[in-house]
Amino acid sequence: MNGVEGFMYPNEIELQWSVLIVLYPFITGLVAGAFILASLERVFNVDAVKPTYRLALLTALAFLLDAPLPLQLHLGHPERSPEMYFTPHSTSAMAMFGYVYLWYLMAVLVLEIWLDYRRDIVLWSQESKGLLRLIYKVMTLGSTNISKRSLAIDERVGWIVTIIGIPSAFMLHGYVGFIFGSIKANPWWSSPLMPVVFIFSAMVSGIAAVMLLYMALTKLRGFKIDMRCVDTIAMYLFYIFIIDFSLEMLDLIHRIYEADESFRSLDFLVHTQLFIPHIVIQISLGTLVPIILLGITQVTKLPEIVRKRIYAVAGSLTMVGIFAMRWNVVIGGQLFSKSFLGYTTYKMALVTREGLLAAIALTILPFIFLWILMKLLPPWGENHAHKAVAAD
Amino acid sequence: MNLSRRHFLVLVPAAAVAWKSVLAGTPEESPNYKMSDHWWGMLIDIPKCIGCGNCVRACQTENDVPDGHFRTWVERYHVTDENMVNPQVISPDGGKEGFPVAEEDAGKYFFVPKLCNHCADSPCTQVCPVGATFTSPDGVVLVDQKYCLGCAYCVQACPYGCRYIHPEKHVADKCTLCYHRITKGLTTACCESCPTGARQLVDLKNPKDPIHEFLKTHSVQVLKPQMATGAKVYYNDLDGSVR
Amino acid sequence: MSAFKEAGHLFRFAGLFVLAFLVFLVVRHYVVPKSFGQYGHYRGAAIGEMAARPVKFAGHETCEGCHTDILDAKKNGKHAHVNCEACHGALANHADDPSIKPVLPDTAVLCARCHTTSAAKPKGFPQVVPAEHSNGLPCETCHNPHSPAMSAGGAK
Repeated sequence: MNGVEGFMYPNEIELQWSVLIVLYPFITGLVAGAFILASLERVFNVDAVKPTYRLALLTALAFLLDAPLPLQLHLGHPERSPEMYFTPHSTSAMAMFGYVYLWYLMAVLVLEIWLDYRRDIVLWSQESKGLLRLIYKVMTLGSTNISKRSLAIDERVGWIVTIIGIPSAFMLHGYVGFIFGSIKANPWWSSPLMPVVFIFSAMVSGIAAVMLLYMALTKLRGFKIDMRCVDTIAMYLFYIFIIDFSLEMLDLIHRIYEADESFRSLDFLVHTQLFIPHIVIQISLGTLVPIILLGITQVTKLPEIVRKRIYAVAGSLTMVGIFAMRWNVVIGGQLFSKSFLGYTTYKMALVTREGLLAAIALTILPFIFLWILMKLLPPWGENHAHKAVAAD
Repeated sequence: MNLSRRHFLVLVPAAAVAWKSVLAGTPEESPNYKMSDHWWGMLIDIPKCIGCGNCVRACQTENDVPDGHFRTWVERYHVTDENMVNPQVISPDGGKEGFPVAEEDAGKYFFVPKLCNHCADSPCTQVCPVGATFTSPDGVVLVDQKYCLGCAYCVQACPYGCRYIHPEKHVADKCTLCYHRITKGLTTACCESCPTGARQLVDLKNPKDPIHEFLKTHSVQVLKPQMATGAKVYYNDLDGSVR
Repeated sequence: MSAFKEAGHLFRFAGLFVLAFLVFLVVRHYVVPKSFGQYGHYRGAAIGEMAARPVKFAGHETCEGCHTDILDAKKNGKHAHVNCEACHGALANHADDPSIKPVLPDTAVLCARCHTTSAAKPKGFPQVVPAEHSNGLPCETCHNPHSPAMSAGGAK
């Protein structure tokens, strides 16, 4: 058996869940994290991050639209996926997730974006021409009411939606964690901590993503980066990262201490096949280094240019580290035998439906979606709809 | 004896009657087979297994199992230490063509046939998002291959590694306890072809089934009892080293 | 009252939801298979479909219905409980249509699979080292497969 060391049950040798299933939690994590950043401003009134509010929402939507695609490519029968909506099995986390996704997309994200942009949409529907005009007109749902009262109602409802949105975002990604965490057959996955770790690592990756996007896009547009905004984001990133790291260390220490029947097999795996992805990339480069870098900016006063460089490096390493975490959970969880007597290897294909090229394409696609969304609903504006109401 | 052309449906009247209803797609109406009368399982007698691989080959023939995938397989254990945590286990092509000759040494050897345990509290049916895999009223865990999405969640959830995704149909596949046979009064293909009687179909709801007496008089285990899956494949004399 | 007018757009959004939900219900009614839920959260008809699959192994009772002479030969020997198809392979097609002649198994491969000496096999089980045992002669020279004791004589 090529690639097999020791003994694997015969049906276990080939991995079932590929790099696409690694991509999926990574993408939904970015969605949840970006939304939490947006909610910092909307609900917790952290004024400093206002410049990233609309960008965060559009980022969340762009990634949420991309999220089902890796799943569709993975399914043996994607044409049957509506069955999850027509006959969801209530004991299956995966089935319930279909509804959580739909709820989050329509009742939270799309609604919040619509409410925040509505005044602009109405105005754009009157100013633009041709196809664009038609698109905006459809988006107004036929209502051109942008009176003070209606906008105040929008503001109120939007605030409620964000309040509901925070636990919804936690559900969205916590569920993905539960999909893994509830599998008693797999000791690498089975843990009550799994949904919590997923949520916090999602927040870390989402916040880092929006921070990087904001910095990059602002630079590309030739504007000045609002340092108060970015410093605040970096602070939140730092503290949430500390929580995330603590949770992961708790899991690790607990595992090592209890040393149950799976421990020797998993320990060997982490020291061999998973050494680079787990110890080097996820823990050292992807968690410790960003935490230390961000920590330095929190305790010392550094010039703006240095802070920008540090945020860029820390943010990028964070994204890589969180991706590595998803990899180590999904792929790592399939590399060892459930007999605890052997290991297999993941042979990632290149051009197949579930291969590397597909994964790369699906990673680039959300940025294309974001570009389209930014063209349609520019996130840069002096005043947001709700702030405009306050100014009147 | 003169073998005149006789349709074998005529030769086996009970099977014939059962088969007609079953072929009509309504096994529950078969006068010979009521789902609620049965609760299926299997008994595997470890000391009797000689590792010949007949069961693996028979299953493949009966059920068109694709190469490289296994609805049933046989493992050979070689236990050399008192810890029992380091057995050497092999299963060359699932044991389909038997095993290489083992040399006598200080350790002990034995064979362990494995298959779907048709768990009463099956984790695979719990996680299926659409209801494509289910436990039938007579205790057999089945896959509805016309409904399955091929998401492989059930494959991940099975603690025993008995499921796989069919490489051509792209749906989940696994041992069906030869449902198409047991509903006609026949035994499973693996039990039929086992030369030593190491594998035996059992019907836990049938008071006359020898399993009841066997369970009272022998030391019997299920695989991974700590998983509390309600496994219904019972192993006689299962060693503590078996994973 | 004016609040409703000012929130008209929200009612339109909600209306879209309601409409989508109704469409969903209608589609669901037509798409979900009729037998779904009959016995549980699955398509009830699947059970019948599974049970209706064709059988490839006829089962020893079927063989014994015709081949009573073989049954007699077997019943007092060591292979009494070895079913016919364990050696002869799947023969439901032959039972269905006896003009289909089954291929006789190659004893060199078949017998060796069970009876080659190996430390892994149970101690009481009859095992030989094929190369040393028969000097290259086929097994059936001395052993009738249906009654393998030497006293029964070989298969002719």
